[in-house]
Amino acid sequence: MFLYDFSELTSSIHNSISSVMSPLATTVVEMVIAGIVFLLFYALVGLILVYAERKICAFFQCRLGPMRVGKWGLMQTIADFIKLLMKELIMIKNADKLLFNLAPFIVIIASFLAIGAIPFAKGLHALDFDIGVLYVMAVSSIGVLGILLAGWSSNNKYSLIGAMRSGAQVVSYELSVGLSLMTIVVLAGTMQFSEIVEAQNTGWFIFKGHIPALIAFVIFIISSTAETNRGPFDLAEAESELTAGFHTEYSGIKFALFFLGEYMNMFIVASIAATVFLGGWMPLHIVGLDSFNMIMDYIPPFIWFISKTAIIIFIMMWIKWTFPRLRIDQLLTLEWKYLLPINLVNITLMALCVLNQWHF
Amino acid sequence: MEDILLKNKLDKEQEYFINMGPQHPSTHGVLRLLVNLQGETVKDLKPYCGYIHRGIEKMCERYTYSQIIHLTDRLDYMSAHINNEAVCLLVENALQIEVSDRVKYIRTIIDELTRIASHQLWWAAAGMDLGALTTFFYGLRDREKILDIFEETCGGRLLVSYNCPGGLMYDIHPNFQKKVKEFLIYFKKKLPEYDQLLSGNVIFVQRMKNVGLLTKEKAISFGVTGPSGRASGFSSDIRKKEPYSAYGNVKFKEILREEGDSLARYKCRIDEMWESMNIIEQLIDNIPDGSYFTKMKPIIKLPEGEYYQRVEACRGEFGVYISSKGEKNPYRVKFRSPNFFNLSALDHMSRNQKIADLVAIMSSLDLVIPDIDR
Repeated sequence: MFLYDFSELTSSIHNSISSVMSPLATTVVEMVIAGIVFLLFYALVGLILVYAERKICAFFQCRLGPMRVGKWGLMQTIADFIKLLMKELIMIKNADKLLFNLAPFIVIIASFLAIGAIPFAKGLHALDFDIGVLYVMAVSSIGVLGILLAGWSSNNKYSLIGAMRSGAQVVSYELSVGLSLMTIVVLAGTMQFSEIVEAQNTGWFIFKGHIPALIAFVIFIISSTAETNRGPFDLAEAESELTAGFHTEYSGIKFALFFLGEYMNMFIVASIAATVFLGGWMPLHIVGLDSFNMIMDYIPPFIWFISKTAIIIFIMMWIKWTFPRLRIDQLLTLEWKYLLPINLVNITLMALCVLNQWHF
Repeated sequence: MEDILLKNKLDKEQEYFINMGPQHPSTHGVLRLLVNLQGETVKDLKPYCGYIHRGIEKMCERYTYSQIIHLTDRLDYMSAHINNEAVCLLVENALQIEVSDRVKYIRTIIDELTRIASHQLWWAAAGMDLGALTTFFYGLRDREKILDIFEETCGGRLLVSYNCPGGLMYDIHPNFQKKVKEFLIYFKKKLPEYDQLLSGNVIFVQRMKNVGLLTKEKAISFGVTGPSGRASGFSSDIRKKEPYSAYGNVKFKEILREEGDSLARYKCRIDEMWESMNIIEQLIDNIPDGSYFTKMKPIIKLPEGEYYQRVEACRGEFGVYISSKGEKNPYRVKFRSPNFFNLSALDHMSRNQKIADLVAIMSSLDLVIPDIDR
C-alpha cells in the first residue's frame, strides 16, 4: 500500500512535545494545537462552501454568480464575512437575552464536536472512539437545541413557528439517519470510524452491501438533508412563509454563525456519508485489476476523502436548487410512513445478508 | 388593531394571530393579512387593504380622458397594456370612432404578449413561493425577450403606454413581426421546460393538489374571474363573451378546468400561455395595412351618460365604469379590478389549511396588490 499513515506524523509531534513538557502540559498543548487546526479548517471549509454554493446555484439559475470581488468573485465570501463582522448586532426588546446570545454558539459547538470524529485520512482524526457513529449522531443532534432556543428567545411568532417545525423535523429524521447508519454498522461489525474505513479496503460498502446498502445510502442522503435544514426540507427557515424562520431576528456575526453552522453541518453529513458508504479516504479498488488499483493508490487519501465529500455536497446542492419545499405534514408523513418502515425492513434485510454471507 | 384583537378575543384555546404583511416576502406587495392560527393551521384570515391606496379613481375625475389611460397602468402593472385598452375602447365606443383593423390587430398581439409576460412572472414567483428558487430566474429570463420587444415598439418595458384613444401612439417597429416570431419559436421550446422543472414535480403536485378548493358556485359568488375562476369551471373569458379588438377574428379555446384547486389554477395559466401563443401566431403574419391612428379632436369630451367597458386582463375581468356629464373630465370613475375580487375568496379557500398552503393559494391566485387598493 502506498497510503501514508498520518499517525506517524502525529506521534512524532507528540513525542517532541512530551520530551520537553510534563504529560499534563503536553495534553493541553496538543488540545490547543488541534483546536486551532480545526478552527482554521472550519473557517476555510465555510468560506469554500459558501462560495461553491453561490456559484453552483448561479449556474443552475443561468447566472454567473459573484464575479466582481477578485477573479471570478473568489474574494466575495471574504468581503461578505468582513461586512457581517462589522454589522450592528440588533438586540430585540423583550427577547430572552441569555438564550438569544447562546443559541448561535450551541449550533456552532455541536458541529465543532462532530467534526472531530471524522477521519480525514489514515491516522488523521482527533477523536477515534469505538462508538464513533453513536458519538457523531449524539452531538450533531445538539444543534437543534440551538435552533429551538433561537426561535423561542427571539420573541417573534415567525421564529417560533420555525423553531417548532425544526424540532419536529430533526427529531423525526434523526431516526432515519441513525437507522441507515446502523444498517452499515451491521455490515461492518464495528462503530469505530477508522475500522469502518479499514473494512472497506476490499470494496466500498455501497458496493459490498449491494441492495440494502444502496437503499440505506439513499435514505441517508434524504434524511441528512432534512436534518441539516436544507432545501427542500428548509422548513425551519422557509423564506416565503416565515421570512427567515428561526434566525429572523439575528443580525451581523450571530447570523453568520447560523449560516456557517448550516454549511458545516452539510459538510459533516456529507463526510459521514463518504466515510460510511463510499470508503472514506480509501481509494477505489476493483478486485482483479491490479494495475488500476496501483494507479488509484497514487492519489493521496485526503484527496479521495475531500472529493467524495464534494460530490455528495454537490448532490445536496443540486437537490436544494431544484425542488420546491415540502409542507410540514408531508415532511412528517415522508419520515414516519415511508422512510422509517423502509429503513426497518432494510436493516433486517442487511442482517439477513450478513448472516447468510450474501454480501461481497 | 387592538380593537380587532379584543373583539376576536381568543375564545378557542391555543389560537394566535400573526400579521402576514405589509412587509412579507410572499404577499408580493404591501398586502396585510391578519391570520388566525392554531398551531400551523389557518382558522381564518382578514385581508387589510389600503397600504398602497393612491385614490386613482378620484384622481381620474381631475384628469382628461387621454391622461386617465396612463393611470390605469398603475393598477395591475403586469397587464398595463390591457388596462389601457379598456379605457381606449370605452372612449372609442362612446364617441363611435371606428379604429382601423391594423390597430385592432396590433392591440391584440400586444395584449397577448402582455398576458404571456404576466404569466411568466407569475410562474417564476409561484415556484419561488413554494421554495423552488430556480424557477424565478427561468421565468424572468424568458420574460426579458418580451420586454425587449415592447421596448423596441412601445418605448416602455413594463408600463408601455402604447394605447391612446383612436389608436396607438406610434406604428410598430419594422423588426416587430420578426422579433415576435423569433420569440414564439424560442418560447415553444422553453415552455415544456417549465413543465419539466415544476409541473411534474412530485413535491410540487403534493403541495398544490386539493389545496385551496373553490367550487364553481363559490367562484361565481365571490366574482373570481380570469384563470383563477376558469380553473373552477366558471366560464368568464371576456375575449369569448364580448370579443373586442381582433379577438373575434381568431380561433382559440377558453381554458376551463373543473377541479378548482391550486394545481388547476396553475395548469390553467400554463395552458393560457400556449393559447396566447396560438392567438399571436394567427395574427402576426396578417397585420393589415392602414393607419395606426384615427384623427380625433384635441380635447375629448364624452357625451353625457354612463359607460362601461370590460376586457380580459391577465388576472380576470377588468372593467371601467365612467359617468360623464359632457365635460372634458369624467364625472365619476370606477374600476372593477380583478384582484380585489380574487382576494375576497382567499379567506374561504385557506380555512383549515396549513400556513404553507396559504402561501401556495396566494401564489395560485396571482395577486397584484396595487390593483387591489387602487
